[in-house]
Amino acid sequence: MFKEFDPINNKIFRIINNKGAVINEKWKPKIDDAKLIKAYKDMLYVRTADQMAVSFQRQGRMFTYPPNYGQEAISQALSMVWRKDDWLVPAFRELGAWLAKGATMKEVFLYFMGYEDGTVFKNAQNILPISVPIASQLIHAVGLGYAMKYKKEDKVVYGIIGDGGTSHGDFHEALNFAAVWEVPVVFIIQNNQYAISLPLKKQTKSINLAVKGVAYNIPSIYVDGNDLFAMYAAIQFATDHSRAGKGPVLIEALTYRKGAHTTSDDPTKYRTKAEEEEWFKTDPIDRLKSYLKIKKLSKDINEEKLIEQYKKEVDRQFTEAENYPKYKLEDVFNYLYTDMPDDLRNQMVEHENFLKWKEVRK
Amino acid sequence: MNMVQAINDALDIKMAEDKEVVVFGEDVGVEGGVFRVTENLQKKYGSDRCFDTPLAESGIIGAAVGMCAAGLRPVVEMQFSGFLYPAFNQIVSHAARFHNRSRGRYKMPMVIRMPYGGGINALEHHSESMEAFYGHTPGLKVLIPSTPYDAKGLLTTAIESDDTIIFMEPKRIYRAIKQEVPEEKISIPIGKSKVLNEGSDVTVIAYGALIREVQKAIVLAKQAGISVELIDLRTIYPLDKESIAKSVKKTGRIITVAEGPKSFGVGAEISALMNEHAFLHLEAPPKRVQGFDTIVPLPMGEHFYMISPEKIFYEIERTVKF
Ligand SMILES: Cc1ncc(C[n+]2csc(CCOP(=O)(O)OP(=O)(O)O)c2C)c(N)n1
Repeated sequence: MFKEFDPINNKIFRIINNKGAVINEKWKPKIDDAKLIKAYKDMLYVRTADQMAVSFQRQGRMFTYPPNYGQEAISQALSMVWRKDDWLVPAFRELGAWLAKGATMKEVFLYFMGYEDGTVFKNAQNILPISVPIASQLIHAVGLGYAMKYKKEDKVVYGIIGDGGTSHGDFHEALNFAAVWEVPVVFIIQNNQYAISLPLKKQTKSINLAVKGVAYNIPSIYVDGNDLFAMYAAIQFATDHSRAGKGPVLIEALTYRKGAHTTSDDPTKYRTKAEEEEWFKTDPIDRLKSYLKIKKLSKDINEEKLIEQYKKEVDRQFTEAENYPKYKLEDVFNYLYTDMPDDLRNQMVEHENFLKWKEVRK
Repeated sequence: MNMVQAINDALDIKMAEDKEVVVFGEDVGVEGGVFRVTENLQKKYGSDRCFDTPLAESGIIGAAVGMCAAGLRPVVEMQFSGFLYPAFNQIVSHAARFHNRSRGRYKMPMVIRMPYGGGINALEHHSESMEAFYGHTPGLKVLIPSTPYDAKGLLTTAIESDDTIIFMEPKRIYRAIKQEVPEEKISIPIGKSKVLNEGSDVTVIAYGALIREVQKAIVLAKQAGISVELIDLRTIYPLDKESIAKSVKKTGRIITVAEGPKSFGVGAEISALMNEHAFLHLEAPPKRVQGFDTIVPLPMGEHFYMISPEKIFYEIERTVKF
């Protein structure tokens, strides 16, 4: 697969087209029908939750949020391939992957309401917190990979980054370290074609992003990230490769950020409606739906009912998040060190005294 | 004019006046910056003078060093001060040292602009106030305006300076304060503080967004019969120690107010200086009202961290009653 789709030739790896028809039988992964139907439902859930997050932000009930709209297939494919105890190293725009790992929408809401607790993902096994400084997390994935190898743990590490992040030194350091150390890391670039306002063509002169792995001698592939089948096949191949001890793999997943960069961004400033409409045709959920229709697998899916049910569930979790215990002063101080220095404790006590004074003065 | 417009105005004037001024950073061109500070500059001056870079802070500052060596005057934007760290090496190891290393052969007339500070309900890394890093770094000067007028005047001077300037913009008040600002060029000298309020009981030193909070505290202090002298530092390095000492000699008490972590911060430096320069005039220990030595909490806990007028008044009262 990686030979046939050498990124040097700039040929994209794709299994189904925008209409859901299979165009590449040779590499089509075997996924049973029930699993595909579940994948469709999972993506629909993620999309519903994502859109509700945007609307909660608009209502002023949480703060800045980065929508995932249009990028759902990448996380979904990942969650269908990984083992529960493999590692996930997130950036900040792979909601489906967090949820599949065991995070809850309640936690996600908490994080974007402004609680650190929200990114602990305490019921998710082997996941790092959300990482905001672009590209920096990718080197952590390499370190995890080294540790897995050193401890002879049979686990693969998945590191996520955006297209903009590939311009950063950290991205290149991560690739180089991973290759030199031959660690079990699968790098996934979510190429949604924008880094805030900057379109990919101004981000890089490379013919695609996967080609950046070639120089590091990392098997790399340029994949249609809105094609669940292609993503599944590529991640499966990469995972097998890494798990077999053959070192890292780089996957570029071409997608499109259908929403804004974050809720504070306005894409009309830097891209056209016409462009958006063109790319909206590649929507990953629509494509899978078309595929299911062709295969007559969609009869039993009642989308409206599902969405209604999902909305209720997401609402319930949002309410729980809104009723989360109040943030306490000690939450600011408790976790900075394993063992709080006296000086820091004094700062906390001093502030408590001030708060008492304020209370009395009222 | 608000502070965003005032900064834009200073950039506009300097770009018109001096062809060597170039403006670049992440999203500063087409988008005009995520806070719209560089709005319209690309339209007006072309994309070879105001442009977007790939996403890489180290690349931005490193390239600016090379441009400076060739005689350009780059004014670069770090999208948030919390995203400057990938460029720390280029700033500390090169921008701050090149003039010294080359024994004056290469000047580094660059301005590194960045929004800083908390109080905007942001995600992690978007709220910190780490001016002490830069004040601590030999070879850098650090400016922080508190009003649109000062922002325009200080940035103008910064762009004209032949040294590397860290220009930190208190984003919480980007649009909160409107003020008459002259249309023509204005300049405010580097290293000069400004007395905003004269008083006799205690000197309060502040800068940036906290000036407003101190002004509110002064109202509370007045009700309690305390007379406060407020000095807006405007330049963090080099510190205007003469003016501070002069005021402290008059009031006998000093409180510094700053949002960054308390330990090894701006307040620590000022109180050390006052021990050196006004020791015999001090009637109370110098007091630092600063952020905790913690990470700025996410929005739900941020109110604990942010310095309120009450907190400032509380410390004013304790210092005066000492
Ligand atoms: C080191 C660093 N610089 C700047 C930023 C501000 N910022 C947040 S997201 C973003 C664009 C990221 O683009 P990309 O990597 O393509 O990911 P996307 O947001 O499109 O998922 C920028 C510049 C940051 N978070 N970290």
